Amino acid sequence: MLPEYIVFGLTGIGLFVIGLRAALVQAAALARILAINVAGTGIFLVFVTLAYRGHDAAPDPVPHALVLTGIVVAVSATALALALVRRLPATPGEDGDD
Amino acid sequence: MIDSLIDKDWVEALWLILDFALAVLLLGLAAAAVGTRDLRRGIALFIAFGLLVALVWARLRAPDLALAEAAIGAGVSGALLLAALRDVPPSGLPSVGARGLPLWLLNLGSVTLAVLLGWALLLALAGSDGIRLADLALANLEHSGVSNPVTAVLLNYRAYDTFLELGVVLAAVLGVLALGPARRSVRPAGPVLNSLIRLLLPLLIVTGGYLLWIGATAPGGAFQAGAMLAAAAVLLRLGGDATAGLPGAVGQRWLLALGIAVFAAVGLGVSTGGGAFLAYPHDWAGVLILLIEAAAMLMIACALALAYLGGRPAGWTIGDREGG
Repeated sequence: MLPEYIVFGLTGIGLFVIGLRAALVQAAALARILAINVAGTGIFLVFVTLAYRGHDAAPDPVPHALVLTGIVVAVSATALALALVRRLPATPGEDGDD
Repeated sequence: MIDSLIDKDWVEALWLILDFALAVLLLGLAAAAVGTRDLRRGIALFIAFGLLVALVWARLRAPDLALAEAAIGAGVSGALLLAALRDVPPSGLPSVGARGLPLWLLNLGSVTLAVLLGWALLLALAGSDGIRLADLALANLEHSGVSNPVTAVLLNYRAYDTFLELGVVLAAVLGVLALGPARRSVRPAGPVLNSLIRLLLPLLIVTGGYLLWIGATAPGGAFQAGAMLAAAAVLLRLGGDATAGLPGAVGQRWLLALGIAVFAAVGLGVSTGGGAFLAYPHDWAGVLILLIEAAAMLMIACALALAYLGGRPAGWTIGDREGG
């Protein structure tokens, strides 16, 4: 018998797939960065669901720490990606919209 | 306890309704945020999505993550995306079908992937023997120097991970700095925003200090505290301060190096007594963790503020070229 909070794990997978699909479909770089962030949140949600052990038990702190690290790394990567996007139109030999 | 007053089945049913409502809202907001043609709208929805994720972390008993998500995932990421929106011409945001791939194939692939991953998750949970690192982590908490288990994992058991994570943050911000000068400052804010900033700024700084201190015993820590200080910097920038309250270029270099330098110095320092890298002596663990966290907070705040500026602020020189 699976615990009912598994719904969050399945939601996490749903978020990952929604984000991944949008990252492939969208053309605008900014929209793709946003989509990757949604996909990343889905992965975090799977981790935190695995850490959860019911209302009465203390959750597993190890996945929590990994996800906390992940949140900070994700925002750093987002910042770098946005800086790259900003430089894109200035790059010679590119017309900027591909 | 309220549980004893209400029928237990009702409580279970209420939890189930809450969980399903959260799940549906999450998926709906995510689909709306990535599916909209209007990017500004998409970013606004993404910020709302981040706040909802913070609620879910609270529901799953992860208050450290709830704080970090609200401040970093929704707050700083949202601010970064909104600031980046100014770099893109309003006409240049088409949403087209997948380049090269027919859309039906992509949809089929997405559904297949979702089903496969869901199946894998169910199998993994059904076959789990229930043995987790949690018991080990919680059993050794009294030797870690702190009583918040997440801080213990981050800065004691797995301190090496966090050390390298600061390296990732530094590498990313160096990339941002190398790619070009900062965005031009926005026009000065009106009197209403300015008086609001005057009220909020001390509150944010005090909250940052509080989160840093309380992180040893309760939810909080260097990342949440650093995000608070970064939020203060974003506010200052919105108020018209071109450097977002950051010190000069030399000061910024020191702040960026500080987190890793203190971490490495502590790690090497404790290993001179014959111990391993970052294996703190028992009596000193609490103090050393606070020292590392304080440095990490300043570094993260500086890095996030520079990321919001989007490049080198005035005063940076790389080679012969002036940054600003």
